[in-house]
Amino acid sequence: MQPINQLFALACPLPLENVDTDQLIPARFMKESRAAGYGAFLLHDMRFDRDGSPREFILNHPDAEHAQILVARRNFGAGSSREAAVYALVDFGFRCVIAPSFGDIFASNAVNNGLLPALVSEQDCELLLGALANNVGQIQVDLTAQKITLGDISVGFDINPTWKLKLLNGWDDIDLTNAEAATIERFRESYRNHYPWLG
Amino acid sequence: MAGKTLFDKVWQAHEICQNDEGQSLLWVDRHLAHEGSFHAFNKLAERGLPVRHPECTTGVADHYVPTNSRNLISVQPKVRNVIEQLIENTRRHGVELIGLDDPRQGIVHVVGPEQGITQPGLLMVCGDSHTSTHGALGALAFGIGASEVAHVLATQTLWQTKPKRMRITVDGKLSPGVTAKDIALAWIAQLGADGARGYAIEYAGSVIRDLSVEARLTLCNLSIEGGGRCGMIAPDDKTIEYVRGRPYAPQGEALVQAEAYWRTLFSDDDAKFDCEVVLRGEDIAPIVTWGVSPEEALPIDGRVPHPDGALSASKARQIQNSLDYMGLQPGQKLTDVKIDRVFIGSCTNSRLEDLRAAADVLRGKTCKVPGMVSPGSTLVKVQAEAEGLDKVFIDAGLEWRESGCSMCVGMNGDLVASGERCASTTNRNFKGRQGPGARTHLMSPAMAAAAALTGHLTDIRDL
Ligand code: SF4
Repeated sequence: MQPINQLFALACPLPLENVDTDQLIPARFMKESRAAGYGAFLLHDMRFDRDGSPREFILNHPDAEHAQILVARRNFGAGSSREAAVYALVDFGFRCVIAPSFGDIFASNAVNNGLLPALVSEQDCELLLGALANNVGQIQVDLTAQKITLGDISVGFDINPTWKLKLLNGWDDIDLTNAEAATIERFRESYRNHYPWLG
Repeated sequence: MAGKTLFDKVWQAHEICQNDEGQSLLWVDRHLAHEGSFHAFNKLAERGLPVRHPECTTGVADHYVPTNSRNLISVQPKVRNVIEQLIENTRRHGVELIGLDDPRQGIVHVVGPEQGITQPGLLMVCGDSHTSTHGALGALAFGIGASEVAHVLATQTLWQTKPKRMRITVDGKLSPGVTAKDIALAWIAQLGADGARGYAIEYAGSVIRDLSVEARLTLCNLSIEGGGRCGMIAPDDKTIEYVRGRPYAPQGEALVQAEAYWRTLFSDDDAKFDCEVVLRGEDIAPIVTWGVSPEEALPIDGRVPHPDGALSASKARQIQNSLDYMGLQPGQKLTDVKIDRVFIGSCTNSRLEDLRAAADVLRGKTCKVPGMVSPGSTLVKVQAEAEGLDKVFIDAGLEWRESGCSMCVGMNGDLVASGERCASTTNRNFKGRQGPGARTHLMSPAMAAAAALTGHLTDIRDL
């Protein structure tokens, strides 16, 4: 996993609440293999008409093509556990989503794919969205300092400390866990003694 | 020392160790895998890793399976491919599969409890957010993403940050026509679709104790729609009676030991919750959703909200956005909203009691709109047919299908057409959930059946 620390990149405003995973990637695309990339499916039904022609939508703006940061409202990524929602964001080029709240499963999926879920207050989120004023704009995200800067606006963000470490170091959970193999085996032994019916 | 909650007891039993930042490594007893697990199996393959404990995983084909037949002959190649990958991945790793042609096949969250795979005190995961369902039996069960599924397959463990604890107590009694679905929509409407985010929920109170096990499964299923990490109910006599004798349940001496343990799984009197929510059963009415988030739900005798009446500008915007998508007018009576079809099914409301409740409304009558009934499992289907429920649905004009996720998510092609309005017993009214442009109203099985009869959203209490 690619580590992440400083991002100075274009940010896309998405001033919507409850952007759920079914909107992030409609179910019909989930049978596709990841190899071709999921970026084209991101927010597909917001971006495209039924006949496939692009709508007037921020992600269809030429600048958005290079955006790495998304700023959205409350409850971003609520809904299904489909990690494909994160794949769509990552394959589109996003490295960070800023929002006042995230679906729990979405947030941990994000971290497992090197996408930073930066938690800001509702007020700070509105500040950032106001400053972007429906346009793509430059934002700086500093993970170590947990700080977001847009022009002369500077706001802090929250992140679970384990997730922060994982993102900063690009760590992979399976490696971390395998380092605990002996502890796991000891646990298993005593667990079996306690709950023998579980075999 | 302060007492422990039900959640704390089960969490603690599975905690292997903690890292420096306080995350816990948890032992996973049971993992359920559906077709969507191909991403996770691919991750394993990329790293050349085996499945550490194949005996702890069960594969179930549900999300993509056809409901008009039990073979893959007429299935779209890409859909077939996803189903075949599950067959191939489980075979290669020696994982048991309850596949399309298995008499036990069904929706993973119906099959788990039905087979006795789900038991009190277990830690269960599945790459599906409605894994919260299994908490109805006192298991700690939650949905995870594909990377986490790969981790579970590789290690049989999972890193998790301990959630806070919330107790939702429902005391009093439910009024006639009010179901577990309505309890869930009531608290989600009150707290919001992220109201329980970061919390493990325990449901308690006299109303919960009075619920059947199947109704409890419906309630816990919807925990995720309020953002909850999981939903749990302390096992009681009903739970134990339900689990006993099922194929995967412990037997003989093992059952005696297990039962003794299960009876210790409750929140101590002096246990502390981080958040307490109290509802009165009598205050809950039959509820329908009107918008595109489960929090946009109202009692059926209400009216579509007006953006002008919203508490904040952002709320007003959200309401307007939902109304536009749903094609509704502010102030419109909910019972005046005409529907195009009904769907009775999904892991929320497709068990035998759900089908009975819908059939009771439909018996001897004719539906005004078309619709589809997909039982939660093939065993539920067989039982329903033995009771003649299939005939009730068919005689009323509905399609009686095979079991699968079907029109809950439309992955198998069972879709609501664009612009059509569906009265649905499912769990998500998200934009496009049942198909691009589809409009979903969530409600209980009896309410969906009532809507099918009248052709508009209907108060079951008026029938
Ligand atoms: S029935 Fe619907 S919510 Fe339940 S597991 Fe299937 S797709 Fe998910």
